[in-house]
Amino acid sequence: MTKSDMAERLAAKLNITKQQAEGIINVFTNSIIEALSKGDKVEIRGFGSFRVRHRSAKEGRNPKTGAKVFVPPKKVPFFKTGKEFRLIVDGKETP
Amino acid sequence: MTKIDIISKISEQVGLQKPESETAVETIIALVKEALGGGDSVILRRFGSFQVRQKSQRMGRNPKTGKEASISARKVVRFKAGKYFKSAVNT
Repeated sequence: MTKSDMAERLAAKLNITKQQAEGIINVFTNSIIEALSKGDKVEIRGFGSFRVRHRSAKEGRNPKTGAKVFVPPKKVPFFKTGKEFRLIVDGKETP
Repeated sequence: MTKIDIISKISEQVGLQKPESETAVETIIALVKEALGGGDSVILRRFGSFQVRQKSQRMGRNPKTGKEASISARKVVRFKAGKYFKSAVNT
């Protein structure tokens, strides 16, 4: 399912245009990105939570040449699946 | 941040009433769950993608007791953040 597919279904459900639905999806995803960028976390019950995970610096290797490279510390977005969602995907609960 | 904050943002930025914004958020979440429940993936450019991954059975260990235990085969959700999302948390 792409954003376009999602927008069509959301538009049908809310009786709005597909453009408006896309706008809503954009606000939804942007607010999650904004929150994590500020170091905040997002918790949605039954769905899951988004938070930032810190990766410390490490010494890596260029897989092609074998040369040592320094990999700086970084932050990565992480999604932890909520219980209900986890059970649905594993076929233990119906959506 | 919770669902309520996202609902408020949609209300403010799209000019929708709160109840409609709430329905919108619930619908988006339900659509993602439905898609993944049916084995489909959800791809939202810039933000990221949700996919189902099949995990095979493996031996694990109870971290408390140290006892070995078999972990059954299962399907799990994998979220892969998009390029824009990844760079946004690093700036």
